[in-house]
Amino acid sequence: MNQRKPRLLWLLLLLPYAGLLWVPFYNGRTPELLGFPFFYWYQLAWVPITALLTWLVYRGVRDDGA
Amino acid sequence: MTAPDVDGVALAVFAAFFVLVTVMGFVAARWRRPATLAHLDEWGLGGRKFGTWITWFLVGGDFYTAYTIIAVPALVYAVGAYGFFALPYTIIVYPFVFAVMPLLWREAKEGGHVTAADVVHARYGSRELELAVAITGVLATMPYIALQLVGMAAVFKALGLHGELPLVVAFIVLAVYTYSSGLRAPALIAFVKDTMIYIVVIAAVALIPAKLGGYAAVFEKADAFFTAKGAGGLVLDPSQYIAYATLALGSAFAAFLYPHTLTGVFASSGPNTIRKNAVLLPAYTLLLGLIALLGYMGHAADLKLASNNDVVPALFKSLFPSGFAGFAYAAIAIGALVPAAVMSIGAANLFTRNFWKAYVNPRIDHAGEARVAKVTSLVVKVGALLATLYLPTQFALDLQLLGGLWILQTFPAVIFGLFMRWFTAPALLAGWAAGLTAGTLFAIADGLKPLHKLVLGDMQFTLYVGLLALVLNVVVAVVANLAFAHRPTARPHGT
Repeated sequence: MNQRKPRLLWLLLLLPYAGLLWVPFYNGRTPELLGFPFFYWYQLAWVPITALLTWLVYRGVRDDGA
Repeated sequence: MTAPDVDGVALAVFAAFFVLVTVMGFVAARWRRPATLAHLDEWGLGGRKFGTWITWFLVGGDFYTAYTIIAVPALVYAVGAYGFFALPYTIIVYPFVFAVMPLLWREAKEGGHVTAADVVHARYGSRELELAVAITGVLATMPYIALQLVGMAAVFKALGLHGELPLVVAFIVLAVYTYSSGLRAPALIAFVKDTMIYIVVIAAVALIPAKLGGYAAVFEKADAFFTAKGAGGLVLDPSQYIAYATLALGSAFAAFLYPHTLTGVFASSGPNTIRKNAVLLPAYTLLLGLIALLGYMGHAADLKLASNNDVVPALFKSLFPSGFAGFAYAAIAIGALVPAAVMSIGAANLFTRNFWKAYVNPRIDHAGEARVAKVTSLVVKVGALLATLYLPTQFALDLQLLGGLWILQTFPAVIFGLFMRWFTAPALLAGWAAGLTAGTLFAIADGLKPLHKLVLGDMQFTLYVGLLALVLNVVVAVVANLAFAHRPTARPHGT
């Protein structure tokens, strides 16, 4: 893929840290989803989001041989 | 040894799967057959040729252990939301793996290194730092192996098998096929183990809540339990925020410094294999999150437990038909074999390369290395077995907690050098010693709890002691490096 700005792409890897380490942001019960309090589904949602972000970075860097 | 409460169907299913993986363990020596197994790269790293899928099963099978499947729900059952820190931990570990582990793989491959201590020795030319990293690795791994036995014992208990004999037999069988097949054995068995675990967990999270009135009802029952108990809860107390976040972050930094996880990384075929795995391994994390919820299902099912560690087996026993319960127990027991095998191989590699070769026989050839490692893997497993049989379980738990703290102190020596060559060996060694000593003392003073209360002026907060020790470690290393007159800085390694 486009390799002109690989360094900016790497910043995507920091998003899961921001999303999960700022605990007060998600320490609540509402809104619920399918019976799951917010605290639980929010963290579970970060699993596919993290995989997606990592995949985006992978597409951008896999050919650079680093 | 058998008691009247043995369930014949469950036991038969369990035994059938156990025999299957035993046969696979021995056959593994012929799988992807190398020219010779008498080489540490082959016995201890499977030839460094494992592709994306084998690596996915192996690392997944070895990182998400039987102990995890027993202990995470047990903690969630006991305290609620706080026990869930395993979820953010096993999410944020992967961006780190993605960014860092391909560089470490490359350095190891180019230098022919088998262990983290090999890498450190080649990088810094310091036998002392190498020994520090190697000893830390072995010490951190031993209690971890013992805890796999604890996970297995919980399953044997649920099957109605009492006494020590089943555990001894299972472990001797494991020790023998690991001896003969090396890393190929757990890599092959991991396919079976992980497939079984996925089936069990998907069945559990689909069927059990239906029997218990749905997820909303499960959370409600758990909430009622914590309210009645007056401790724990479905969400965190604000005083737990920093503890929760630092436990997740510290555990994530430590996770891939352990000999068993690094063995999985080094055994892979290349940087892109590791990167692809960082994208794909979170599938196991989703599974772990669902497994953690089994703790709440234990409350919804009104289980009466002698020990929190019984929550998962007891849940399966009361809600699954006995044939499927046997299948689920087999999944957990086999889930103990894979990591125990990889851990003993990782520890054996360290002993062989960084102690035997370094101090006893520097001119050892490849076949000699493989021989020493094979015998060491046996000794390590027998040691863990004896420790489990003759020492209180609490001792293994305490040591495993300290092990996490200790292994985290090798972070600067192993990881920093991938990005910069500013640090010198004596400074890193000083940091390691400071972090290890201070962290251990804090933990002991706190009654062997992972959390330490820090008071700064009129602010006080509670955080993971391992991360606190790592901060101290880095500070000492920086100060020591500035204080010692050091060599001119070399340019950063790699691209």
